Amino acid sequence: MSRIGVFVCHCGENISATVNCEKVAKITGELKGVEFATDYKYMCSDPGQTLIKEAIKEHKLDGVVVAACSPRMHEPTFRKACAEAGLNPFLCEMSNIREHCSWVHPKDDLTTEKAQDLVRVMVEKVKKNKALNSIKVPVTKTALVIGGGIAGIQAALDIANCGHKVVMVERQPSIGGHMSQLSETFPTLDCSQCILTPRMVEVAQHPNITLYTYAEVESVDGFIGNFNVKIRKKSKSLDEDLCTGCGLCTTKCPQKKIPNEFERGLGMRPAIYVPFPQAVPNKPVIDRENCTYYIKGKCKVCEIVCPTKAIRFDQEDEIIEVPVGAIVMATGFDVLKPDFFPEYGYGKYKDVIDGLAFERLASASGPTQGEIRRPSDGQIPKKIVFVACAGSRDPAKGIEYCSKICCMYTAKHAMLYKHKVHDGIPYVFYMDIRAGGKNYEEFVRRAIVEDETQYIRGRISTIYEKNGKLIVKGADTLMGAMPVEIEADMVVLATAGVANHGAEELAQTVHISYDPYKFFAEAHPKLKPVETNTAGIFLAGACQAPKDIPESVAAASGAAVKVAALFSQDELTRDPLVAVVSRQAPPVYSQCVGCFLCQSVCPYQAIEREEIKNRNGEVIKTLARVNEGLCQGCGTCVALCRTKAIDIHGYSNQQVYTEVMALLND
Amino acid sequence: MIKVGFYPGCSMKGGAQEYQESVSALAKVFDIELVEIPDWNCCGATAAHNMSKELSLSLPARIMALAEKEGITDIVVPCAACYNRLSLVKHEMAGDPSLSSKIASIIDMKYEGTTQILNIIQFIDKYITDRLEEKVVKPFDYKSACYYGCLLVRPHSVLKFDRVEDPQSMDVLVKKAGGKAIDWAFKTECCGAGMSVSRTDTVARLSGNIMKDAVDRQAEVVVVACPMCHSNLDMRRPEINKFLGEKIDIPVLYISQVLGLAVGLDPKTLGLNRHMTEVKFPAKPVIEAPVAEVPKKVSTTQNMEA
Repeated sequence: MSRIGVFVCHCGENISATVNCEKVAKITGELKGVEFATDYKYMCSDPGQTLIKEAIKEHKLDGVVVAACSPRMHEPTFRKACAEAGLNPFLCEMSNIREHCSWVHPKDDLTTEKAQDLVRVMVEKVKKNKALNSIKVPVTKTALVIGGGIAGIQAALDIANCGHKVVMVERQPSIGGHMSQLSETFPTLDCSQCILTPRMVEVAQHPNITLYTYAEVESVDGFIGNFNVKIRKKSKSLDEDLCTGCGLCTTKCPQKKIPNEFERGLGMRPAIYVPFPQAVPNKPVIDRENCTYYIKGKCKVCEIVCPTKAIRFDQEDEIIEVPVGAIVMATGFDVLKPDFFPEYGYGKYKDVIDGLAFERLASASGPTQGEIRRPSDGQIPKKIVFVACAGSRDPAKGIEYCSKICCMYTAKHAMLYKHKVHDGIPYVFYMDIRAGGKNYEEFVRRAIVEDETQYIRGRISTIYEKNGKLIVKGADTLMGAMPVEIEADMVVLATAGVANHGAEELAQTVHISYDPYKFFAEAHPKLKPVETNTAGIFLAGACQAPKDIPESVAAASGAAVKVAALFSQDELTRDPLVAVVSRQAPPVYSQCVGCFLCQSVCPYQAIEREEIKNRNGEVIKTLARVNEGLCQGCGTCVALCRTKAIDIHGYSNQQVYTEVMALLND
Repeated sequence: MIKVGFYPGCSMKGGAQEYQESVSALAKVFDIELVEIPDWNCCGATAAHNMSKELSLSLPARIMALAEKEGITDIVVPCAACYNRLSLVKHEMAGDPSLSSKIASIIDMKYEGTTQILNIIQFIDKYITDRLEEKVVKPFDYKSACYYGCLLVRPHSVLKFDRVEDPQSMDVLVKKAGGKAIDWAFKTECCGAGMSVSRTDTVARLSGNIMKDAVDRQAEVVVVACPMCHSNLDMRRPEINKFLGEKIDIPVLYISQVLGLAVGLDPKTLGLNRHMTEVKFPAKPVIEAPVAEVPKKVSTTQNMEA
């Protein structure tokens, strides 16, 4: 005969507003096998937990049902409380009468009855629960950081400085990310490259960091502490050990007219190239799509001029397997594509550019050596219109969020322009100026007051080219929506920050969730901002949502601490809710007939073969066996087993059957 | 012969008679019979939805209900304003069953919302475009400024037709007819619309800006798909010229007239004589005119590529 305790939580008013909690406790207290039942306002609070602990001791309970919220949040809380009172934690279950009942139904007797039903079902299940012991798994103390922008760099350095190994994967030929493209940074106007490049070099030289550039994550298997990652190291057509980075090949390459992605198409690059002078590693790659040799079958100028004979035309992609214990996603963001703005002529008119392109124009290492010259004819523009919220906060464009960084960098652009072209007039069209952050508002004020930027509150309806000028038509909404028309020499669009290309596929590869905009989803918007819903995988930077540099760095350090905390343990404990193959006394040994259908369907490769031998060492039976470390308890094998030889701890066929019958035998 | 429902609206029977004439003539060339919805009524235009919401829904609903009764599935609505009203009402009723049944009781008819509302370009694309190029005998070899106006493409969330900020569908048709669609800036700017009567000066200014940009970019003809746009750009030309202080004399043609000319229909059948601004085109240097069939086809393809 069971001695089960039922604890009904009011959850403040969350449950008690529609469910009569006292009645639920009273009715369920009369069930067969229930020894004790009570209700309390906040069961998860300290007094609530004490109530459970004391009841376990006083009434010698051998099972606990907490009727409260979803087990996602507080199941660990209550199981821990039970364990402290000497009860095996897996004899404690939660009945969800909040999300599944009180929140979705009106105050009614039927609602209370449903709560009673839910509790009764769980009582019947707990009667069949068995005491289980947690599974211990080892931790591989190496972290994988995907993405080598400022967030990835920060996370990698922080983890590596804690003494753990880090593998960094970057798909571009160099690390550095978008930050390496920026000219100056707000709100201090210090040079972006100057503060970033020392960090890039530190990554390359750190003894704990292994860097794979021009590489992508191919697959991720396993679980927290024990991931197995396959990395595709794309062929650079180069022997990196021999290459000294002298750069002779890049200057001699006859193909020189490839739009440079790093310069946002404002400059050209050869087919064998280093993306930018401060690149890390500072060794070239061959862009096979544009290389004359790969297109026409002859050229090989780079091979001829290379003093160390490092060019390898026949080099193939390499797959590298690394075991890691944790993963930090730091894949960053992208900006909207030109096709988004036919009304602004973006992509049609050369002098309508995006913010990143303007960064390159303003950068001392950019295509114009830092002089602001417009792309069409190289003239110095006398009037530039900056358009904030190009795509952001625009439901018609399908992007309802604020891209957050644009207000600040637009103010910065206006300043940089004014500092370089003293007689130039910068105009900024804006919806609101969002300058929340340390010294941010003051920075925008400077742009307005000291640098005389003309801020016009309103949106642009259309931009068209006429006689070499860009006619910008908009409205000044602070002047009663007065139409404004500006003949500008150049237009800079603060295009919305969007999820990086390939984000969705990568999320599916590493098995993490993402939001409708394909940004990676955090586990909790407030309390778990750098965790994902997949244990052991963390988020850093703008892959989660648009973020500026300080925020990305802060998030990266946050993620790094989470990884370090994980690596501070030698073993992890896992819930033992895994599949198990039945075993019986000889001569049957097991119901399992060794068909291994389960092996073919297991998504986690957790089914192994076990041979049973007699005293002479002859194999007399082959059985399936579940690797507890790999099994995730999904139950696919249970559903497929022809002889019902497999079951899941905590969710056995019998338990589920009992639950259903409890509901039917009202 | 394919049968397609046809809703003329008031303008086809009045000021834009030539639009109906050209649509009918073009349909005939492609073996399409336009079946006029019997006993049709006003679409409500601008007036109804400023007066009474129910009236503005009931009028188009009755038109569509009549079509359903006749077993018509596709209704071609050449007037952009009528197209807009019918599409919006269909959309609103589809999203609100209780509203739909209320309106059905007002018009005292069964309304299912099964008819497809096609504007002139959608109609051409669905029934004509595939066979258009083979029928072109007289390429419309002029620099054309395709003017879409507002009602044909907006609101995009409901109509879901073309690229709302930089529409291309008419440009594509003009190219297929052998013409050259110029890239210009005023494709969807306001022409002044119904201000034509009450504030002619406003129309002169707005339509003037449109015509000026077209002419500045060497357009030889403006192509439209809306009777309202046509009347403002064509009938108000004296006021436009007065506002601009210059003499713009390029014609304004309906897309159906352009295609009609290209497939060899004569100007009178297409109602070109009814325009206020005389329809005349700049003389083209005659190079290979005497050599009949083959060079013409060559020039068609060349223009297409251009």
